[in-house]
Amino acid sequence: MHIDKDLVAASATPLVLAILGEGDSYGYAILKRIRELSGGDLDWTDGMLYPLLHRLERQGLVTASWDTVDGRKRKHYALTAAGGDALAERRQQWQVVADALDRVWRDVVPPTTAPARGLA
Amino acid sequence: MGATTDARVDEWRRYVQRKAAIAASDVDEMEAHLRDQVDDLLAVGLAEDEAFLVAVKRLGNVDALSQEFAREHADRLWKQHVAAPPADGDEVPELGVVLLLGSVAALAVRLGSGVLSAEAAVGNAPLLVLPFLAAYFAWKRRISLAVAVTGLVTVAALAVVLNAYPFDGFEGTHVLALVHAPILLWCVVGIAYAGGRWRSHRRRMDFVRFTGEWVIYYALLALGGMALTGLTAAAFVALGLEPDVALGEWIVPMGAAGAVLVAAWLVEAKQSIIENMAPVLTRVFTPLTVVLLVALFVGLVAGGDLSAVDRQLLMVMDLVLVLVVGLVLYAVSARDPLAPAGWFDRLQVALVVCALAVDAVVLVAMVVRIADAGLTADKVAALGLNLVLLVNLVRSLLLSAAFVRGRRPFDALERWQTGYLAVYAAWAAVVVIVLPPVFGWA
Repeated sequence: MHIDKDLVAASATPLVLAILGEGDSYGYAILKRIRELSGGDLDWTDGMLYPLLHRLERQGLVTASWDTVDGRKRKHYALTAAGGDALAERRQQWQVVADALDRVWRDVVPPTTAPARGLA
Repeated sequence: MGATTDARVDEWRRYVQRKAAIAASDVDEMEAHLRDQVDDLLAVGLAEDEAFLVAVKRLGNVDALSQEFAREHADRLWKQHVAAPPADGDEVPELGVVLLLGSVAALAVRLGSGVLSAEAAVGNAPLLVLPFLAAYFAWKRRISLAVAVTGLVTVAALAVVLNAYPFDGFEGTHVLALVHAPILLWCVVGIAYAGGRWRSHRRRMDFVRFTGEWVIYYALLALGGMALTGLTAAAFVALGLEPDVALGEWIVPMGAAGAVLVAAWLVEAKQSIIENMAPVLTRVFTPLTVVLLVALFVGLVAGGDLSAVDRQLLMVMDLVLVLVVGLVLYAVSARDPLAPAGWFDRLQVALVVCALAVDAVVLVAMVVRIADAGLTADKVAALGLNLVLLVNLVRSLLLSAAFVRGRRPFDALERWQTGYLAVYAAWAAVVVIVLPPVFGWA
């Protein structure tokens, strides 16, 4: 399924914060986790994750540290206290959006059962 | 992972590193990503070069990536933000616009000194020059009509205030207004520089960087100009001719006006060959200023007669605080916000602590004297400026101390500094517009 790029962009920050909320991680692992969580439907351009992580770092929502595993230099990210607060706030906001959509969709016909139009 | 991949990765690194917005550490980070991805693809059975191609493709188009990094790390790009694609053939060449505006500014100054009294000509010189600098950026950034009109109205209002207020001679509030008016004009330049987006934190920081470089270029041009006029004068005198009128009334004032535009163009047009100079000077002068402040503090407490502290010392102290705020601001402007706190950050905390200690002594002495002798416009201006700078430094101290101890991100200090720029403008407006009538134009 193709997901609109505005929607991907809007969900990027809460997703990354939430994944770091599960525990410290690094770029490649974060992207793997996002694919896993969305069943592969949320597909990013991998590189775009890094400017996002750097923004979160500048805002003090995450901290970063370098270490070397098996000769490979990796930058690990961890959620800060401020990041935890931001995550909680984002979560409430998304909950409101999700609830509203949920309620309105209960009353309309789901697209999968809509009658096929003119195709034999 | 084999030698093929290593060679390919090296090639990829060299290509990506050419992008100014992507730092070497970012390339390291993405290289780890690339290698992780290649490993995973090899594990599911892809051939080595296939795996590399897929991994690079997933990482994304390098130009798009570089743009995304540039948006987050504007500071890296500042050095070469003129690296925009060269103008197409039918566009007006930028240097032509600069020379035209510079010439018009020079003529305006010459005309001003012909028409106005000597004092009024000096007082109005910024009004005659800086609007043309603003016009250059208005043209370059293609600002909207609304912003242009706002700028013009501000300049016109300043011209009216400076020339139509019934000042009591060329002293007191008049001098204060003339000294503070260029700050407001510089704000107009800043709004044009930011292309109208003056609320943006990033644009403000860019303008701070521009200002620092502009001052340095202007000083260099002035030095060169002085050497050249000195030589010319010496040569003409040796020939038995009198160059005074030509130099004093034409060449020097017009050259000084034109150089304002040329310096701005140089800042805009210089390539990334050299580092920005202002931050380099900051590094040199921060430790020296700490020494100066400690000496001053010792002098004040041990040897100085505090009852003799007068307005002049307060003004000198204001200038010292301007220097300290400048050092903090330019250190902030060039700092990588993600780098961990280092010795220089600690030195800066020490600098601000020393400045606050010295200022506290001077302020206490001054307030006592004002309580005895009453307020004048000069004292209000000096005290007000002191207060404006003091508030900035106290908050800067709290923020940088919190940063050094890892409690706050560096970003907080950066935003405080750019946000505070508006306070300087507001205070300058108060001195220019409100103080003269309050003190009866004296």
